[in-house]
Amino acid sequence: MSAQDNEQMLEMYFFETEQNLEQLETLILSGEKGTGFTEDTLNELFRLMHTIKGSSGMMSYQSLASVAHHLEDLLHYLRERQPASVDYSILSDLVLEGIDLMKVELQKIKNGDQADGDVAPLVKNIKEYLQLLKEQNNAESEAAAALAQPDHTNDFGAEADAVIYKAVVHFAADCAMENMRAYSLVHNLQEAVNILRFFPEDLEADESSEIIQREGFTVYLQSELEPEQIKELFMQTPFLRELEFTVADFGSAEKAADNGAQNQKHNNHTAANNNSVISVSVSKLDKLMDLVGEMVIAESMVVQNPDLNGLELENFEKAARQLHKITSELQDLVMSIRMVPLATTFHKMQRLVRDMSKQLQKDIQLQLIGEQTEVDKNIIEHINDPIMHLIRNAIDHGLETAEEREAQGKPATGSITLEAKNAGSDVLILVKDDGRGLNKDKILERALEHGLLTKAPAEMTEKEIYELIFLPGFSTKDDITEFSGRGVGMDVVANNLKMVGGSVSVSSAPGQGTVFTLRIPLTLAIMDSMNVKVGDCCYTIPIINIKECLRLQHHTLVNDTEGYEMLMVRGECYPIIRLHQHFKIKNAVTDLDKGVLVMVEHDKKSFLLFVDELLGQQEVVVKALPTYIKERHKSKTISGCTLLGDGSISLILDVGGFVQ
Amino acid sequence: MAKMAAQDWMSGEEEDTQKGKYLTFALGKEVYGIEIRYVTEIIGIQPITEVPEMPDYIRGIINLRGQIVPVMDVRLRFKKEFREYDDRTCVIVIEFDDIAMGLIVDSVEEVLSIPDEDIVSLPEIKQSTNRYIKSVGKVGDEIKLLLDCSKLLTEDEMESLAEIQS
Repeated sequence: MSAQDNEQMLEMYFFETEQNLEQLETLILSGEKGTGFTEDTLNELFRLMHTIKGSSGMMSYQSLASVAHHLEDLLHYLRERQPASVDYSILSDLVLEGIDLMKVELQKIKNGDQADGDVAPLVKNIKEYLQLLKEQNNAESEAAAALAQPDHTNDFGAEADAVIYKAVVHFAADCAMENMRAYSLVHNLQEAVNILRFFPEDLEADESSEIIQREGFTVYLQSELEPEQIKELFMQTPFLRELEFTVADFGSAEKAADNGAQNQKHNNHTAANNNSVISVSVSKLDKLMDLVGEMVIAESMVVQNPDLNGLELENFEKAARQLHKITSELQDLVMSIRMVPLATTFHKMQRLVRDMSKQLQKDIQLQLIGEQTEVDKNIIEHINDPIMHLIRNAIDHGLETAEEREAQGKPATGSITLEAKNAGSDVLILVKDDGRGLNKDKILERALEHGLLTKAPAEMTEKEIYELIFLPGFSTKDDITEFSGRGVGMDVVANNLKMVGGSVSVSSAPGQGTVFTLRIPLTLAIMDSMNVKVGDCCYTIPIINIKECLRLQHHTLVNDTEGYEMLMVRGECYPIIRLHQHFKIKNAVTDLDKGVLVMVEHDKKSFLLFVDELLGQQEVVVKALPTYIKERHKSKTISGCTLLGDGSISLILDVGGFVQ
Repeated sequence: MAKMAAQDWMSGEEEDTQKGKYLTFALGKEVYGIEIRYVTEIIGIQPITEVPEMPDYIRGIINLRGQIVPVMDVRLRFKKEFREYDDRTCVIVIEFDDIAMGLIVDSVEEVLSIPDEDIVSLPEIKQSTNRYIKSVGKVGDEIKLLLDCSKLLTEDEMESLAEIQS
């Protein structure tokens, strides 16, 4: 196998296994949450675990494979026997512990380290639990069933006229996981030969490993191939120690087709997993988006080509319209590819809440609302940590213990709500708890201690006091716990959000709880905006900043002594900024009567921008300014640029930059 | 895509073939050379979008197939007189230190191989005029002024100082 193939396989393995682990986690958590473990859930769990075991074994990651293997045994037992009394919380704990361990091992492999985690304690726990279950249910052990298998050589069938071969495979003593290897051998052989029967039959049972170790793995098969060729196939098996290959000396025929079909079915089932989703790197998507943008421009260059002026081209027009339809659909689609629902991020929090709730002995319910809300992929990566911090804080600092809660007449189960909703071009994420709320006095005290106050406490509004917790180095929890209290959390939250152009605010009521509101832009890439013209230049103003557009009619113009112009609109006085003056643009309209005034708002400050004319509203794709320009652009009045339909560039104004 | 191709070159075994090769262009009567490995592509003059608050030699930004590239008028950068753009005017797109830049020049001439022994470094006199010129290449009787890309793209401290004073 070439190195490249190997790399591809590894990548596939990581992707698949990670997804399977995530699915497992979700299943366990949802199973735990009241619905219980139905037969379907158990089947699904088993199937996932089986896949992980199979692929990990194939890649020779023994730690992963053995954890998965033992968990699979456990699930297998539950699935087959369906014992009546099972403590599912222990099961969840074991499986989750296994998932965590496997995740750590995966990470190690990814980093190029050895997957050398110690799985023995966990495996022991799993075995003990399985043993316990078996004893409890007083069932015959599987081992007995497997070993008591009756004479296994004469109840299979085949096409009567073909020769039946018997192969006994012995694996190397240190190869481990014999049953798994046998399974993959069968799987490989199936492509070339007709396998009639193999023993031990139940390769999924733990005990079969021992049998194979002792007696070897026996396969009966039929094939058109020459015996030498078949032998060759067997010899490719890794860790093969010895092969006995003979022509079977009996020809009794029964139904082998069934057996084969069943095997086939099982394999298909495993392979069909996760085929509908592929992962693509974001940089490729960005490139695709650029290309589509170029295509749109090229299209308008063709359709509006000056060579076509004055020509009546009915068929051309038709074709052009069709082209336009396709390109705009394509553009929409590319945009939508980047949008990802918040569900994955939200579901991760369930695990966090579960673990903390157990550890801190607090009964907590996590409610998720609006998890289908879609956000740009790049942004999602940045809000995972903030949300985690906020939830940790809410559980650790916010929620009281059950006794405290009952004393206050609240339900003993604390509740945390994680909610997402759209608000214009922003997405709001609310992290709500019904705990004790923020303590103003304590915040002030702590801020004073750390010298974080810039104002006299008496002058501060409630909101200002609460906002203090976002300052670096602030923590009110007296003792540091495992989960939070290092005094970095809130600071990180605020910073992470700033990085994606979002913000965080907090409101709280003593005894009733706290609400953190994260405001993040829907996407960094697309923006609803208004294009305006000044002189020969085109500028783009984000719609979110625009309050209204007006023409100078009978408004009162005010000039102050320093030559600043102001305008009275409905009794309020707004300063006017002439864009052509500000940017030193020639050939612009200078007469206030002839141009348009755009009222913009930033941070509750409003002012009027004077432009020549409005070109129209448009959704634009935001592009960053080249670094060279960004470094030299000091006043921060331009935040980026965008390409217009004709291929020309328009600069996007940052209204906040004008405020200073 | 041309950009990618250029990057492939740089990293590939073809690097050697680019050594000692210079793209020459003219500003008025003088001929300048720029190391070919920095050059991404050459295009005709494009519609330029002005960016406010930039030094005068930064003419603005252009749309290079979806990539936004700033353009610098090399005449103005060298404090020469501005010349109206015509159909001989070219933009040489270079990439240096991950910064892409379009250089507006009067016209592009040719690609030349100048062996190291024909290159002489400049004496340290009259700092103000030769600071963008790394060395001089001799080709036949002609003299090509070889540019230092890093100097071209980085602000000079003296210059900023002068701006503050003015």
